[in-house]
Amino acid sequence: MTTTPAKSDLVTLTIDGIEVSVPPNTLVIRAAEQIGVQIPRFCDHPLLDPVGACRQCLVDVPDAGNGRGFPKPQASCTLTVAPGMVVNTQATSPVAKKAQEGVMEFLLINHPLDCPVCDKGGECPLQNQAMSNGRGESRFAAEPGTVKRTFPKPINVSAQVLLDRERCVLCARCTRFSLQVAGDPFIALIERGARQQVGIFDPDRDGSSPEDAGVEPEFFNSYFSGNTIQICPVGALTSAAYRFRSRPFDLVSTPSIAEIDGCGSAIRVDARRGKVMRRLAGEDPEVNEEWITDKDRFAFRYATMPDRLTHPQIREDGVLRPASWLEAFAVAARGLQAANGAAVLTGGRLSAEDAYAYSKFARVVLGTNDIDFRARAHSAEEAAFLAEHVVARQGVTFTDLETAPVVVLAGLEPEDEAGSIFLRLRKASRHGTKVITVAPFTSRGSQKMSAEVVHAAPGGEAAALAGLGDRLDAAAVILVGERLAEVPGALTAAADLAASTGARLAWVPRRAGDRGALETGCLPTLLPGGRPVSDAAARVDLAAAWSTDHLPDTVGRDGNEIVAAAAAGHLGALVIAGVDPADLPDPSLAQQALDSTFVVSLELRESAVTQFADVVFPVASVTDKSGSFVNWEGRVREFGQAFANPASLPDLRVLAGIAAEFGRELGFRTPQQAAAEMRQVGAWDGPRPAADRSSATPAGGDGAGMVLASWKQLLDDGRMQDGDSHLRETARPAVLRVDAETLSSLGVAEGDLVRLTGDLGSVDLPVEVADLAPGTVWAPASAPGASVRHLVGAAGSRVRLSEGGKA
Amino acid sequence: MTDTLTPVLTDNWDVDRAWTLAVYEAGGGYGALKKALAMAPADVVEAVKASGLRGRGGAGFPTGMKWGFLPPDEEGKAPKDRYLVVNGDESEPGTCKDIPLMMASPHTLVEGVIISAYAIRAKNAFIYVRGEVLHVIRRLQAAVAEAYAAGHLGTDIHGSGYSLDLVVHAGAGAYICGEETALLDSLEGRRGQPRLRPPFPAVAGLYAGPTVINNVESIASVPSIIGHGADWFASMGTEKSKGYGIFSLSGHVQKPGQYEAPLGITLRELIALAGGMRSGHELKFWTPGGSSTPLLTGEHLDVPLDFEGVGAVGSMLGTRALQIFDETTCVVRAVLRWTEFYKHESCGKCTPCREGTWWLVQTLTKLEQGQGREEDLEQLLDVCDNILGRSFCALGDGATSSISSSIKYFRDEYLAHLEQGGCPFDPAASALFATEGASA
Amino acid sequence: MTPDSTKDQNVTGIDPTTYDELRQIAARYPHKRSGLLPMLHLVQSAQGRITPEGIEACAEILEITAAEVSGVATFYTMYKRKPVGDYHVGVCTNTLCAIMGGDAIFAKLKDHLDLGNDETSDDGVISLEHVECNAACDFAPVVMVNWEFMDNQTPESAVQLVDDLRAGKEVHSTRGPKLCTWREAERVLAGFNDGLADEGPTAGPASLVGLEIARENDWTAPAVDGGAK
Ligand SMILES: Cc1cc2nc3c(=O)[nH]c(=O)nc-3n(C[C@H](O)[C@H](O)[C@H](O)COP(=O)(O)O)c2cc1C
Ligand code: SF4
Ligand code: FES
Repeated sequence: MTTTPAKSDLVTLTIDGIEVSVPPNTLVIRAAEQIGVQIPRFCDHPLLDPVGACRQCLVDVPDAGNGRGFPKPQASCTLTVAPGMVVNTQATSPVAKKAQEGVMEFLLINHPLDCPVCDKGGECPLQNQAMSNGRGESRFAAEPGTVKRTFPKPINVSAQVLLDRERCVLCARCTRFSLQVAGDPFIALIERGARQQVGIFDPDRDGSSPEDAGVEPEFFNSYFSGNTIQICPVGALTSAAYRFRSRPFDLVSTPSIAEIDGCGSAIRVDARRGKVMRRLAGEDPEVNEEWITDKDRFAFRYATMPDRLTHPQIREDGVLRPASWLEAFAVAARGLQAANGAAVLTGGRLSAEDAYAYSKFARVVLGTNDIDFRARAHSAEEAAFLAEHVVARQGVTFTDLETAPVVVLAGLEPEDEAGSIFLRLRKASRHGTKVITVAPFTSRGSQKMSAEVVHAAPGGEAAALAGLGDRLDAAAVILVGERLAEVPGALTAAADLAASTGARLAWVPRRAGDRGALETGCLPTLLPGGRPVSDAAARVDLAAAWSTDHLPDTVGRDGNEIVAAAAAGHLGALVIAGVDPADLPDPSLAQQALDSTFVVSLELRESAVTQFADVVFPVASVTDKSGSFVNWEGRVREFGQAFANPASLPDLRVLAGIAAEFGRELGFRTPQQAAAEMRQVGAWDGPRPAADRSSATPAGGDGAGMVLASWKQLLDDGRMQDGDSHLRETARPAVLRVDAETLSSLGVAEGDLVRLTGDLGSVDLPVEVADLAPGTVWAPASAPGASVRHLVGAAGSRVRLSEGGKA
Repeated sequence: MTDTLTPVLTDNWDVDRAWTLAVYEAGGGYGALKKALAMAPADVVEAVKASGLRGRGGAGFPTGMKWGFLPPDEEGKAPKDRYLVVNGDESEPGTCKDIPLMMASPHTLVEGVIISAYAIRAKNAFIYVRGEVLHVIRRLQAAVAEAYAAGHLGTDIHGSGYSLDLVVHAGAGAYICGEETALLDSLEGRRGQPRLRPPFPAVAGLYAGPTVINNVESIASVPSIIGHGADWFASMGTEKSKGYGIFSLSGHVQKPGQYEAPLGITLRELIALAGGMRSGHELKFWTPGGSSTPLLTGEHLDVPLDFEGVGAVGSMLGTRALQIFDETTCVVRAVLRWTEFYKHESCGKCTPCREGTWWLVQTLTKLEQGQGREEDLEQLLDVCDNILGRSFCALGDGATSSISSSIKYFRDEYLAHLEQGGCPFDPAASALFATEGASA
Repeated sequence: MTPDSTKDQNVTGIDPTTYDELRQIAARYPHKRSGLLPMLHLVQSAQGRITPEGIEACAEILEITAAEVSGVATFYTMYKRKPVGDYHVGVCTNTLCAIMGGDAIFAKLKDHLDLGNDETSDDGVISLEHVECNAACDFAPVVMVNWEFMDNQTPESAVQLVDDLRAGKEVHSTRGPKLCTWREAERVLAGFNDGLADEGPTAGPASLVGLEIARENDWTAPAVDGGAK
């Protein structure tokens, strides 16, 4: 979306004797980059509001563009260009050079000389700029008897982030990020002058009264805290997970894409000797800018947990035993062939290439359209919605979120479910975009986006959406989350709203692989490229591309139907990739299905499926293969392979192996080959099936008790956070939210335990008041030790409240 | 020819209970307000412009021109709320004029606030007073309450249709909050650190609305300008520095105190009025406008104390805070103490001021103790050069003033410390009383 | 930051009256956060210092984080993290006062009270601090007690002052009322006037020297309209 301004709109100035033309309002520090001059800096960051605090970027401005110069050096990070301006940087001006050296010398006065043991050593802007732009050493340190400022070190600002105050240069990047970008100002500058430092609210620290010992601090528990570590220009902020683990020059970096959510955020994977040491945000102005969530950053040890599968296994006499790849391929093929029908459940974690392989495997090897990636609540209405409005469409982009005057959210809590969307919407809201969210209560994320909340209890979303007709026009954007599938009629209402107002519509799945699975046809109704199964022309088109003369021509079973059929003995085999049965709408039925079928499991780690599996294949994690994800925008996000791991294979290679045992060719054995074929197959440009509106009747919502509103918070007890204990400690505590009336009718106070009872059982949670409609309660779907989804019931189900056990 | 002293602001300070509304009004108080309310706001601005009043808070920026910088309301849009903020932080070492003014005659200020706010069409005004002056705050609070009760403040003031709310806001101990943008952050309930300019407060100040910030004395001067006319005001003072101002003499003179005179009076005249130097002693050095203005010496006794005159000899008129020291005073001790002040008060935002003052104090401490080398003076000057004009705001500049100027005029005294391995002065000799040999 | 603003009961350890007054302060301003400085003064008045509960209460009322409140509370020197005395004695030791005798006064008081800078006597009556210039240089050397002026001090008068305070005698500011306690003073700074504005003189002697000379010499500002006076 970058438009090159016309030449006449540009401002021309002279930097170090070289003329440069840049857009109006460009800062001098960036204009200088255009001519290859890097002005040293600390506080400046292109995505934060300028502050001009560190004074490292001083330049001489003999002519401000009006014939008059500035008598004193100017901070180039806060000075905007003007036509005819003359700027001399350290490269040409002794004044600028001396000013910069002076500031650098000041910064080093109180900086410890601990570069050899500092995590930032080797990639430290202070170190680098001191070398290139400093005096080399401080005269201060050379003066006998001078005293450096010291702090006891380091301190935990959260379980995840540590602060060495002595190293801090007080650039306020971290605090500005927290305030401006994340909206979580739990770290702030505290104290004054030379004692100024970054801090949290912690009464039990130096300078405080002994009486305050033991008062609970307010930790920097932000979902985005890790970004501060990355933008800290010195080693003041470090992560508990990475501290002292390796040196930058020992690391091999691979650009990659976060596999955590549907945003497709660019990341960089830094590995040493075959092991991921850390992950950093990659730079992608079109997608995640330079930010990622803490989950994107810190949740990667799951792939190296002790329960990682390391060899194929087959079940013999009731127990799994190691097998060779070839043997396992053969056993799997035999079992699938022998069964009276096989179906595929894929989960949402697959690369697009792997998903494509499953899609093709189902059709050409198993000869079925029984395939579904939606390992969660889903409906035929949703499948129709996806086919009509989402698949093979590229519409709304991240950038559009910033330019839209109004963005409507429904069934989507971006801070928990799509972090990069949250940050972009927060940014947009600070610059005038109005966010309207159809939600059960005003969440903290909504507050941070200054969102207008249109209250809707589960089931009421369709009506709420329908009521927004006069608020939107063609410039507006509607984002619907995958959770909307749980509400009959809601996706249809969203589509109708878009149709009637001209607003643009996008679907935001929670998992990284979902959109790719949709595009590649991991649905009973859709073939790759959005080809409708029900459209003979589409089938012919695909059959030609696949050089096969036969494709199954009836619409397959969806996930729910597959499970039901398997449990009832109508399906003999299941191929399962990364599905946790507990995530399925009916976990116990799912277990029954697994128990009564021939199960081929393709998994990273031992899982709830493993115990039922007849053949187990260890598959490659994202670091061990290349591939791509398709993010919610429909943008293809390619990632590279960080290292080779001979103990596992990419899913598509396993499927190719099984196919061969069937005597079929999948047509590819590597992600690259699959990608090439996917490009060739391309998208369907024929007619899209119009959804059958009759199925979309909104739920009638009465019953006993209260309705449970619920979703998964970003950090919970999810398997992908296993092994990253510091990260998990920063999770938001699980609380039950009720309206004030309900609280008083329960006769308890905020913070007391309340028992939430549903179809499956009960849990006790501390209660908080929120602006929920009476009759609705909210609880996180999952949380360490209190998994409401598994212990109480699903979102939308009926629950009861009673006084809980004593805390 | 105007008289040597021209009491206007100080004129009622010897009146019993001058701080009360009744006494203030009995002396003609709030007459200027009535007159102003009958004028168009723009005419009030014009009158202040015509008077030539320049800000009394230190920088001397023309007040009327500052008011004129407020952007006009945008057509078709609801007008933005505008704010008037009075800077009563008065914390510059040596400066002690606003505090007695607010204590003795708070209504002079309140009347000035109402007229000025009316001129700029502000609906809300604030008097930000440093917190460490309890009785002054009491009197301001009481005066504001009285003014509300009398209908000078509040809704539809005297049927003019103009409404104004005025809040007296106590600071909490931070010199930097005198800097106008730091003051705004402080008034918004934040750490008092200066803001980036542009945008200037006139465009985006308090709550990002158009804002005028003026010193107490500037605003207190407005009723007399409106009451007596711009020409009357301009008839006092010098060509470019019009009007009267309060000159605060402190230190080794016979009668330290407040002397309200036309701008342009000299220190020689003022010392004469103050009964001369402490008997038996002579002038050594002085600050013309607080510790942030470079020191001057006996050779500057006849410099006209107006913005141009003091500027011409390499210093600044500042706040007319004339701190006067005789020959018993050790200039190194004086400078070190000021430098410690700047270190203590540096807000911490920018590197040169935060780290530079840390360094300066350490070097000066050693020099004062007679340690160090002659080269340290050069280094000190170089460090000052790296702070001056490199800091985020003028606090850093001010920190260097006394150092650079004292080395310029009293280099030998620094060297004497080194030669003698310590301070050659007896601190008891400079105290006002015979001390028991207490030392610094 | 609490996720909902509908909450009407406070969860902090501040008593309900104070909590209510904190809200009143916030309500004086077009944007409530402006109330933070006076609110922290009130916390000191109610609690004797800036307490964690006080910080949390301010954060809750203003809907900002406790870290943000801490950032403010630690920026300003008048906010005390440790309890100070009923009478907080501040000796000006900025250059002018120091040279005119402030250093000697401070040394004398430290010695007499056996207290260091920023320390409080065991009985909690007196705390001692050296303060920066308090805008009373013409009254140097200056001592402040609970931010009331005690002008033109000597080491002896300062000793007498603290002894009288310790003895519970009535002591008046040289330019104001009988000294109140530190907590009472903090309440005034929070904007709750104590009705003592009418105590004390209009101006101290030094403030009047110029005016007296003008009166003696019949000097005035010009008469209006430039005419002779
Ligand atoms: C460090 C610093 C401290 C200042 N302190 C004060 C002060 O206490 N009172 C004041 O009126 N102006 C002070 N100023 C000047 C103000 O920034 C501002 O120029 C002034 O209030 C404008 O009012 P005026 O135009 O009426 O003079 C200070 C400036 C700086 C840089
Ligand atoms: S911790 Fe790092 S990012 Fe934060 S202020 Fe210090 S140097 Fe800057
Ligand atoms: S980078 Fe410009 S002032 Fe910090």
